[in-house]
Amino acid sequence: MGLAKRIIPCLDVDRGRVVKGVKFVGIRDAGDPIEIARRYDEQGADELVFLDITASSDQRDTMIHVVEQVAAQVFIPLTVGGGIRSVADIRRMLNAGADKVAINTAAIQNPGLVKEAAARFGSQCIVLAIDAKRVNNEDEPPRWEVFTHGGRHRTGIDVVQWARQMTGQEGAGEILLTSMDRDGTRDGFDLALTRAVSEAVSVPVIASGGVGNLDHLADGVTLGKADAVLAASIFHFCEYTVAQAKQRMLERGIEVREMNVALRA
Amino acid sequence: MTGVAVIDYGMGNLRSVAKALEHVAGSARVEVTSSAERIMQADRIVFPGQGAARDCMAELQRLGLDKVVKEAVRSKPFLGICMGLQVLLDASEENDGVQGLGIFPGRVRRFPAQMREAQTGDMLKIPHMGWNQVHQTIAHPLWQGIAQDSRFYFVHSYYVDPTDSAQIAATAQYGVEFVCAMAHRNVFAAQFHPEKSHHAGLALLSNFVRWDGNV
Repeated sequence: MGLAKRIIPCLDVDRGRVVKGVKFVGIRDAGDPIEIARRYDEQGADELVFLDITASSDQRDTMIHVVEQVAAQVFIPLTVGGGIRSVADIRRMLNAGADKVAINTAAIQNPGLVKEAAARFGSQCIVLAIDAKRVNNEDEPPRWEVFTHGGRHRTGIDVVQWARQMTGQEGAGEILLTSMDRDGTRDGFDLALTRAVSEAVSVPVIASGGVGNLDHLADGVTLGKADAVLAASIFHFCEYTVAQAKQRMLERGIEVREMNVALRA
Repeated sequence: MTGVAVIDYGMGNLRSVAKALEHVAGSARVEVTSSAERIMQADRIVFPGQGAARDCMAELQRLGLDKVVKEAVRSKPFLGICMGLQVLLDASEENDGVQGLGIFPGRVRRFPAQMREAQTGDMLKIPHMGWNQVHQTIAHPLWQGIAQDSRFYFVHSYYVDPTDSAQIAATAQYGVEFVCAMAHRNVFAAQFHPEKSHHAGLALLSNFVRWDGNV
């Protein structure tokens, strides 16, 4: 027995409400973030990720209040991403109670940011978020590129190289890897992508994008070699609980944190 | 001041630690402080820490808090967390060698590169990040009510290797077996993060805020 694979519910937050989009468009309301965070915590979520997808920057303070309230009630690691552009933004989120921040677009626009942030706050709290899209033709070997701005901008940067670079000298401590081709499709993770990145870096990789059933989560670990698996809509709309996800992982021979053995009477 | 002082020496995020302590502290006050005076007046001390060993030691010394920690470990209930465990040892391999506070004899070592998982053969990632089982090797007031081999949340690349095995309070497995908690008299220190470890972590913190420092 050793380290458990993590199950991480993701909450996309727009102006203080949890929403779920399909392929980054088509938003659907899923409820109050604090209530939902508490529910996942009770079900045995190993961590929570909050992504602020609020378009206007003047509403960003809403996210700070959400994080503050969740952090006072939920005692598992909290990662916050979306709109993190500077060391000052990171400090505000950490002070609100976040344990890690996810940096995506700003890592491309400001190449020194990840390194500076990792030096200032420690690698353990800097998560490199990558939105990846397959760019090769059918008859070519698979290749993925980094996209930014919620998937609207193509950067020309190779995903595997980017992951290596930012976790090496630059010091990101973890990767949140989202397949834009799969996000919202319910077809399962892009396992080739997940495996390619996970085997290329020494830090943990969180697989994201495309989960439609519990076996997809297990596949992310066994076939994708992910250290953690992230899902949103299968949990938000109460199709499955986190506890059910853990049960399926156990049945598939994957080590997880079981809730009922934590305390003795 | 009476209550719990969380030592703030500018290394890492102390909000999580303070919030979790407040959650279990009842009427006891929780104060995040870098004031030597406030720390010495507190009933009990929490010594957290994240980041690089060299920076942690440098900041402790710059703020004069190295002496305060050395003084506090003599008498009060004292809880070290993560880097707050590692700097209690003599020295660390991190940053090409860093001198520690020398409160626990021993060294801090890096997890070996190229470790593989026994069953799958997969490469083990560093940092060791996530929920791992903590095997209690002694009975201790801080373990009260916490089941043997409960999972706690870890994130670290270095681990302590104490000289005196009588000071080991728990071990964990990650490629190698390593010491993940140490205890001696009024001092308890853990590599994992109780403030992020759900029920088991809150139970440990709750035990700490009620502990009189005797074992």
